[in-house]
Amino acid sequence: MNRLSKFGLVVVGLFVLMAVFAPLIATHDVGETDLLNRYAAPSAAHWLGTDATGRDVFSRVIYGARISLRVGLVVVFVSTFIGTIIGALAGYYGGWIDRIVNGYLFNVFLAFPGLLLAIAMVAFLGAGLNKLILALCIIGWVGYARVIRGQVLKVREYDFVQAARALGASDMRILFVHILPNAIQPLIVQASLGMAGAVLAEATLSFLGLGVPPPAPSWGVMLEEARDLSTLQAAPHALLVPGIAIALSVLAFNFIGDGLREYLDPRQRSR
Amino acid sequence: MKHKLLDLSRRILILLLVVWTVVSLVTLLIELVPGDPATATLGEDATAAQIEQFREKHNLDRPAFFFSYARDAASGERDFRWHGMNNRYIDYWGMILRGDMGRSFRSDCPITKAIFGRCGGQAATWNDVFSDFLQSRFVSTAQLAIVALIVAVSISIPLGVIAGKNRGTWLDNALSVIALVGISTPGFVLGPLFIYLFALQLGWLAPSGRNNWEDIILPAVTLGAALSALLTRMVRSSVIEEMGEDYVRTARAKGLSERTVVYKHVLKNGLIPVVTILGLQLGVLLAGAIITEKIFNWPGLGLLLIDDGIGKRDYRLVQGCVLVISVTYIFANTLTDIIYRWLDPRIRIQ
Repeated sequence: MNRLSKFGLVVVGLFVLMAVFAPLIATHDVGETDLLNRYAAPSAAHWLGTDATGRDVFSRVIYGARISLRVGLVVVFVSTFIGTIIGALAGYYGGWIDRIVNGYLFNVFLAFPGLLLAIAMVAFLGAGLNKLILALCIIGWVGYARVIRGQVLKVREYDFVQAARALGASDMRILFVHILPNAIQPLIVQASLGMAGAVLAEATLSFLGLGVPPPAPSWGVMLEEARDLSTLQAAPHALLVPGIAIALSVLAFNFIGDGLREYLDPRQRSR
Repeated sequence: MKHKLLDLSRRILILLLVVWTVVSLVTLLIELVPGDPATATLGEDATAAQIEQFREKHNLDRPAFFFSYARDAASGERDFRWHGMNNRYIDYWGMILRGDMGRSFRSDCPITKAIFGRCGGQAATWNDVFSDFLQSRFVSTAQLAIVALIVAVSISIPLGVIAGKNRGTWLDNALSVIALVGISTPGFVLGPLFIYLFALQLGWLAPSGRNNWEDIILPAVTLGAALSALLTRMVRSSVIEEMGEDYVRTARAKGLSERTVVYKHVLKNGLIPVVTILGLQLGVLLAGAIITEKIFNWPGLGLLLIDDGIGKRDYRLVQGCVLVISVTYIFANTLTDIIYRWLDPRIRIQ
């Protein structure tokens, strides 16, 4: 592990603690407005100031970590699961399954801006946390499937797979007991980068008003609320704080992903 | 030559498949709208006659697809029905092939005009059509994406070269950190920060809109920032790799200045992978423009999609915008891909 990925781990650890213990850490109720105390600068009462309706920015950012991590975890878990199954079947069986998956599905999904597909889906389905997660899973599984397909293609030629086959193991046993455990390493890298992507996508869609609806303290929602000119002028911290939270978490997950990749593939270490 | 043609036809086949999928998706996605698009557009107070008229006008009274498996309102049982060729999916295809994307549910303006021209008024001459096109949403977005690309390239090449030449020094480390921060900071954080700094505090530029030529600076820099950070990293590693090659030693041995060695020899070879990425990134910029346009109120396709389309539940407009953005993206990617395959035989697949 290099220094940057250690930094990433620490930051992610902090965000996880924030999310888990949010009710204990937050100093105010996330929805509590205080119109006499709008645009307040950071102070002892409001550690990171207040926003346009006098809500406590610190408490909202803490609770925002819950939304981001929840979306990230669910999206990465579901996409990995679906991607692994589809990618593994395509890589193992080849033939027409592979032709559909690799020749058609991968090409279509890669040729299409993922964000646009998510926007379009949410536009037609309506905004909301679950629909957002669904849309992100639909665009997310492809990356995992590609990685796993490539790995399975490689691993299935190894001697121990031939040996298992010679011993009469079934296809499913060969695939899930022998091949997959030897093929999932790069998936961990992909999952870490996927967390960064999902956190960013959630914030983006919520920012556009297509994700978690306000007044939920999603970081994207907070940014959207803080960017109108009068709020921006009076309380730039209301924008800066969730902005830093998003940038830091994305950076941290990317660091972890890069560190893992380097760790798993020592040839890259010299660069 | 033969395998070049084969490769080209394979690319075109994939392109057609992808376009077919996109059109099918945008046609069928409208069926996912909770409730009925007519009610969603006209509101709950609309009379039955109004809804009927709306559905008829926008072709919504026809079956959606070749078959349906809908729950019958009376009996509550699902039944399978075959509708044949007389359906909206075929209609939409027919329309698109004639260059027609239907009419807006809200303003009744043809979608083609809303995207590639101007709503309201009839363009009398080809000259008018052309000047409307130049002012259109599509050109506005294309302009933003291209300027962002130029910004990204002109920032990243010098920075990448400096970092690569001074590998391992504090300058290299500082530039790497900046690049990392640039990659991780999304446009919707950077954009409002730029507005705060350059519009509200310094008062140099307008916070939003597209009225003067300098209005493009903030959106283009916002949109290009992430790309320039990515490119800086690529140029850096490319320069480092090329600096170790034999021809660099030869060039130095000839007595060329370090400047000539780097900019004339190293950069020429080092930019090949960068240029490949660049073409593919134009598509990414196109998607990123949706958010940038929203931040800066830049009147492009993205703002049309988000504000007028999704915001006003104008599903026909959403269809049109999604279709145009994706098809542009797909064409840009395929075109770059084909060009590079012809230019550099090493990239070609067997």
